[in-house]
Amino acid sequence: MADIQATLEKEFKNADFSLDIPKIRKILEANKGARIRTWLSICSRCGLCAESCFVYLSNDRDPKLSPAYKFKHTLGELYRRKGRVNRAFLEKCYEISWLQCTMCKRCSMYCPFGIDIATMISISRNICHSQGIRPKSLAEFSENCRKTGNHMGLPVEELVDTCDWMEEETEDDYRNVKIPVDKADVKYMYTINPREPVYYPQDISMAAIILAAAQESWTIPAFGWDCTNLPMFAGDRDLAGQQVKNVYAKAQELGAQKILITECGHAYRSLAYEGPYMAGYTGGKPPVEVVHFVKLMSEYLTEGKIKIDPDKKIKAPITYQDPCNVSRNGGLWEEARKIIPYLADDFRDMSPNRDHNHCCAGGGGIMPMGPDYKPARMASGKLKAEQIKATGAEIVITPCHNCFDQINDLSEEYDLGVKALSLKEIIVESMVVPDHMKLEDEIDNA
Amino acid sequence: MMYDLLTGPVLWITFAIFLGGLAVRMAFLFRLSRKKDSVFYNHISLSWGLKSILHWILPWASTSMRMQPFFTLMVFGFHLTLLTVPLFLNAHNIMWDEAFGLSLWSIPDILADVMTIILIASAVFLIIRRIRRPEVRILTSAWDYTLLILTTLPFITGFFAYHQWGPYETLLILHILSAQVLLILIPFTKLSHMILFFFTRAFIGFEMGGRRGARSW
Repeated sequence: MADIQATLEKEFKNADFSLDIPKIRKILEANKGARIRTWLSICSRCGLCAESCFVYLSNDRDPKLSPAYKFKHTLGELYRRKGRVNRAFLEKCYEISWLQCTMCKRCSMYCPFGIDIATMISISRNICHSQGIRPKSLAEFSENCRKTGNHMGLPVEELVDTCDWMEEETEDDYRNVKIPVDKADVKYMYTINPREPVYYPQDISMAAIILAAAQESWTIPAFGWDCTNLPMFAGDRDLAGQQVKNVYAKAQELGAQKILITECGHAYRSLAYEGPYMAGYTGGKPPVEVVHFVKLMSEYLTEGKIKIDPDKKIKAPITYQDPCNVSRNGGLWEEARKIIPYLADDFRDMSPNRDHNHCCAGGGGIMPMGPDYKPARMASGKLKAEQIKATGAEIVITPCHNCFDQINDLSEEYDLGVKALSLKEIIVESMVVPDHMKLEDEIDNA
Repeated sequence: MMYDLLTGPVLWITFAIFLGGLAVRMAFLFRLSRKKDSVFYNHISLSWGLKSILHWILPWASTSMRMQPFFTLMVFGFHLTLLTVPLFLNAHNIMWDEAFGLSLWSIPDILADVMTIILIASAVFLIIRRIRRPEVRILTSAWDYTLLILTTLPFITGFFAYHQWGPYETLLILHILSAQVLLILIPFTKLSHMILFFFTRAFIGFEMGGRRGARSW
């Protein structure tokens, strides 16, 4: 593992030293169901999980990085000691739970018993969080969620302004591109990552251009528009539940048929799969259908609602990074592979891929934990860098903001010479602009 | 005298603890799951659960097993013997027959011999693997070695007794005793995976597969 002791010392400095053991015991008790009991008791220490883990493989096969070791020394030990642990132990849990595991869930497919280690690590995060031992940045983002419903703390007016501004921006190139806010009875309520309005608002206009081209009925809600769930990564389970409820409730209020999610991985896992668990819905399913951008794009392209200009197809070799939370934890790997032939000629898949892909090492919250943790991300990303290099690709398509940023960072760190691209960028660049969106003078010219 | 005791009342107590222990544990876990894990019952999918189990009870049917093919071979040799020989050994069936006039089919003694040797060899391999591979060694405690040796002991003693190598009476007593210790331990240790494996594997099968189509093998 990369040496980030200085960062950790900074992280734990001035922290409150008293632990609330009864609270730890309460969380342990609440989670002590048949699953956790069984998993903890039948692990046979065969070590097969080690070779499934990118953190282990990327960091010189350090045996302390095998998934079994990691759960044994966090949640396993917490149960064994019945929650009577000290601060030093929880700081070690912090290191394991946030720096050595992105909860990508790959190991549970390689464990003979299918032990779900990611779930156990997330409980370990929950316990650390309850004692104030949590990444400061994720805690701040969570605080923003608590106050404003989105992790960047963006006020409603600013979101609305950004949407207006982005709508205007499209007017130089297109007609009839609208970004409707809070429109009722639409097919899709489009939810976004707060980083989009704050850092790259073009992402919103690109989505609007694509949705307009397909003549979709959609809206961005003025609240409940943040599809991400950083409280989930911070270990704040209650707030994570609130975060998904915000989105579900808004969709129901607007009468939207479906919730559409931007190119973000964990947002999909959160809203479509973990959300009902976190929100405590006994039915286990989200109250409104959740659709990822990848799914919608594959529908548009296969149904011909969006047409790609063959001359604008990507000629350079490309590969596809399966985001863990879109592919393995979202089931959308084939949808992505339906899209790619429309966009590029020379597709080279990584190995392994699809549901068996490796995490990019930027998932599980480590990306928003900030630049101090970059050395850990880069070290654990070695495997991904090697995978990408082996394809010989120059472009990596990935429908996840975390993967996107991580791949650009990896390219720099490992000299890969690749560029990450999102689906929106490629589709907007290469699609045939339908007549209803062409500017008047373009129609005249044609 | 000792023999009569071990094959009489002690044997019944052993079976009662073994089967009863497993039954009680299963009932407890089932009730607990209804209480604390009830949300997951929404996602039960028989076909994904069975697929998940099948890909892990057939050798090399999962990616993980193909990554360590020799280990897989040894593990299958080990488990196959573990289930086959005690149930289908001719000598055991004669005892059932004498007691109840009922018995299972018997396998030829030579096959039982070969399988027992495979089991002992794979146990040796598993011990060496635990020591040699750092990622396994770091997880291994003395208890893991103890259980592995306890599992092998009835086979070693049985093998020696059958071939009358060494003091027959003592070996036979040790054989019965070690097998009883093993059976009693199963419900209370990681060896309970002989039953619980099917549930945990099915769970991850439908959680990953039924909900997302991801293959957990």
